[in-house]
Amino acid sequence: MADFLETGTGIALVILAQSLLVLGFVMISLLFLVYADRKVWAAVQLRRGPNVVGPFGILQTVADALKYVVKEVVIPAGVDRPVYFLAPLISFVLAVMAWAVIPFNERWVLSDINVAILFVFAVSSLEVYGVIMGGWASNSKYAFLGSLRSAAQMISYEVSLGLIIIGVIISTGSMNFGAIVAAQDGAYGIFSWYWLPHFPMVVLFFISALAETNRPPFDLPEAESELVAGFMVEYSSTPFLLFLAGEYIAILLMCALMSLLFFGGWLSPIPGLPDGAFWFVAKMAVFFFMFAMVKAIVPRYRYDQLMRIGWKVFLPLSLTWVVIVAFLAKFELFGGAYARWAVGG
Amino acid sequence: MGVPELAFYGFAVTMIAAALLVVVSRNPVHSVLWLILAFLSSAGLFILLGAEFLALLLAIVYVGAVAVLFLFVVMMLDVDFASLKANMSKYFPLAALIGVVLLMQLALAYGAWTSAPEARSLRDAPMPTAEGMHNTKALGMLLYDQYFLLFQTAGLILLVALIGAIVLTLRHREGIKRQDPMRQMARDPAKAMELKDVKPGQGLS
Repeated sequence: MADFLETGTGIALVILAQSLLVLGFVMISLLFLVYADRKVWAAVQLRRGPNVVGPFGILQTVADALKYVVKEVVIPAGVDRPVYFLAPLISFVLAVMAWAVIPFNERWVLSDINVAILFVFAVSSLEVYGVIMGGWASNSKYAFLGSLRSAAQMISYEVSLGLIIIGVIISTGSMNFGAIVAAQDGAYGIFSWYWLPHFPMVVLFFISALAETNRPPFDLPEAESELVAGFMVEYSSTPFLLFLAGEYIAILLMCALMSLLFFGGWLSPIPGLPDGAFWFVAKMAVFFFMFAMVKAIVPRYRYDQLMRIGWKVFLPLSLTWVVIVAFLAKFELFGGAYARWAVGG
Repeated sequence: MGVPELAFYGFAVTMIAAALLVVVSRNPVHSVLWLILAFLSSAGLFILLGAEFLALLLAIVYVGAVAVLFLFVVMMLDVDFASLKANMSKYFPLAALIGVVLLMQLALAYGAWTSAPEARSLRDAPMPTAEGMHNTKALGMLLYDQYFLLFQTAGLILLVALIGAIVLTLRHREGIKRQDPMRQMARDPAKAMELKDVKPGQGLS
């Protein structure tokens, strides 16, 4: 057995099994996240939310997913068929792909590459293609307008996301998630993590993540009130399910990034308690709750307001922050809080 | 044939096929999509060379930003390819001449090509072998230490071009309604509205 796992076939099988494990984790948490999302909005609006299918309605998402799969795929006249079907596939596959480099615990990662952050950033910048292609291939005005908005929005917020990430990279001196989390390991537990030295950027990152994943209050690509459902308007059945799943997986990915970059990943918040994957999942759940609450509470932005805060507020702020962090790290000010590679931990 | 060779031929064939389809496909949006595939395949080739930083940068900058803008513009253009194709016979002799000249130049350059004796070994070990010197760091050392002045000058030239483009295209038109976010945010109910008690049959004024 041990010999077999050393051969080429064995290694390939092990990698396949690991990938399926991560995919299984993501897909199962997806089922409960959609449910949790709806329950949170319901609680905010003093409703009960899904409560019929299964105990407390917990199987509602399973029922919904089954319903989507068995429905007929309606293809509108005049669509560009290859591109039309490629779009939901792209948005789903890319959303899943980024999980290849996300570590769940120390060395619990499919691919421990040293440019992991860049990989996640590249994959999430490609996700815009699902939206653009879907909107264009649908041959519909609403879908097209939605995809144009989405393209502009995602490109704008990617810039500030990238700059915010650069601050963390400067502090760590590495683009590997394991190194970034290890750099946040300190004697003070929760106060050693990057959220404290990088505090303003945590807020900016969260807001940019909302915009990058097309979540409310920045869900202008699918603004129901003016564009019906934006780029998804002509999609039905499984292709629509793929879009929906891709969107939720991207949100989960942003939660994972928040906890890895700023909140210590799998480190325990209280010194003395054991670190572990449990903390990572718990942190993701907390950030997902925040995503859901934002959707329930904040009204949608106007398009020009969205572009204005993206380019005129977030971009200058994050750019300035990069310069400030570079200075603080170079001269190791504040006890080396910004230069973790130099103080060694 | 091992996995790296298989991957190389896979990426190379995909890239050439995609590049060909960029030129021959009838729909301009399809052309851009094939172009994206070509970019991604070349990113794969970079990874095979051990240059993962360059590969991901190619994916982020070219696929994630430049090609999105291409697609953005091409989707909005309504190019009539029938009328463009109609003029083809008129321009064909000139285009053919340019093509032949370019081909000759390439052939001349290829004929005069000599490779340095150590080129082969350089190609086999593209990554610096020094301990802890992964290629992000190696690139950083090159750009920010060794060629600092050249790199910053290039950046400055780009900045000038950027500002120049904005200055050339910026114009403030008079007489249109603009939204001033600061004024909008400074509004409060006391300034924006007034409550009136309207008596029946009298109206306001």
